[in-house]
Amino acid sequence: MTTLPLPVLDETNSAYWQAGETGSLRILRCQSCRAWIHPPTAVCPDCLSFEVAPEAVSGRATVAAFTINYQKWVPDMEVPFALAIVELDDAPGIRLTTRLVDIAPDEVRCGLATEVVFEHVEDVWLPLFRPTQGAK
Amino acid sequence: MNTVIGERNAIITGIGQSEVGRKLGRSGVSLTVEASIEAIADAGLTRDDIDGVATYPGATNASPGMSPHGVNELKEAMRLNLDWFSGGGEIPGQLGAVMNAIAAVAAGYCNNVLVFRTVTESSAQTAGRRASVVGSGSGRVDGWAQWMVPFGAMSAANWIAMYAQRYMHEYGLTREQLGQIALTARYHAGMNPKAIFRSPMTMDDYLSARMISWPFGLLDCDVPCDGSTVVIVSRADAAADFQNVVRVEAVGAALHGRSSWDQRADLTTMAANDAAAAMWKRTDLKPTDVDLVQLYDGFTWLTLCWLEALGFFPKGEAGPWLEGGARIRLGGELPLNTHGGQLSGGRLHGYGYLHEACLQLRGQAGARQVVGAEVAAVGAGGGPIGGSLLLTANR
Repeated sequence: MTTLPLPVLDETNSAYWQAGETGSLRILRCQSCRAWIHPPTAVCPDCLSFEVAPEAVSGRATVAAFTINYQKWVPDMEVPFALAIVELDDAPGIRLTTRLVDIAPDEVRCGLATEVVFEHVEDVWLPLFRPTQGAK
Repeated sequence: MNTVIGERNAIITGIGQSEVGRKLGRSGVSLTVEASIEAIADAGLTRDDIDGVATYPGATNASPGMSPHGVNELKEAMRLNLDWFSGGGEIPGQLGAVMNAIAAVAAGYCNNVLVFRTVTESSAQTAGRRASVVGSGSGRVDGWAQWMVPFGAMSAANWIAMYAQRYMHEYGLTREQLGQIALTARYHAGMNPKAIFRSPMTMDDYLSARMISWPFGLLDCDVPCDGSTVVIVSRADAAADFQNVVRVEAVGAALHGRSSWDQRADLTTMAANDAAAAMWKRTDLKPTDVDLVQLYDGFTWLTLCWLEALGFFPKGEAGPWLEGGARIRLGGELPLNTHGGQLSGGRLHGYGYLHEACLQLRGQAGARQVVGAEVAAVGAGGGPIGGSLLLTANR
């Protein structure tokens, strides 16, 4: 799916979109009240501190909702594939919309345990998720 | 402090709608002016009486045909002299433009606001750049789209399908139950000569339609079209002797949750829930007082969401409530989208519902008239976009 539009990188989002280069998913966190913040923004929405910085998380996440996409939205799209909203296990309340990989569409379920795997395209590392590979 | 219900100082005095169809090959301005002429005449006004214009989302090239022109192109085309105007997208959904017009006349900025919504999505889309496919034909995406489009979630079909799937998971909704919304729309479209799809639809048709984004098949998705709808919003205390008045009982404009497609705390609720709750706080009327509903059906599940948000059944009980579909058909206890909605009527992007609600409350809906229609709830939008109106007949 390398022909899909990539995000425009800027001073607020590049740490998130390029975190995969370090091998870890990194989520913005308030350094004052420790709240997790997503999508990334300039201040902590809870305490309004400007002291926010990305922190590595395990990359483990649980499927909260999903869809199996069959429609070719662009001509060379390979279908079907599974899209999901996953909740990060160690950043409660933070969700990511993502594509699931290494799973048959009819095996996707709410509650499925997944882990991040990065797809590197140009200057972006897309956080995709696959079923958790054994206990870690 | 007492709540000021300023929207009661505004009334809807005229409605108009252009030709509606697929691949009409006409410009947006052409369609808007056609609808405007009809609406101004319907109100018994002349164009010199129009001193305000409001629209949603204003001129944008974000998606082909989504909004082919803004306030200024209409103003130029009709040489309107405006005391107030507003066009833009950061408002409470499609109907936010109506709310702006209501506020403007209630504040005395102007007397008669022409509110328009025009789409040319059918004519404007191409194989390489489809209507309402975000990021289609572009190299990079920013803003909210960046959180979904790079993964292939390029359509609201994908984003809303995930809400529908979650609702099915939590509450046991079936595709057959959801499908009643599509079947009802088609049944009603058969009574609307302007509707795009008018031939009868069976449950088999619905279930066997090709899958788009589970649980949505093709017939869960609305149809891009070309067309323009106009309403005239006037001061309730105007001296003019308006003949076609619809009253505004309450507006629902709230957005309390996250402005996001995936961060809202409850993934079975949307902005619709905030807007509806706010609307009911502004009126003594109750859901049981509503005679008909005109609710957004860009995708079937959105209608379910609006029905639930407005309180027509308890949380989670949409499936049994929709079962069989009799309740939401003409003649049932709560007729829904009596013009065919966007699913069968065409995606007039929120304003087809408003036009139909006004026709019904004026008793002018012909073969599809809801007998004794006095109160109509109109809701438009999905995800973080939503706004609602409670309208009443002028009795």
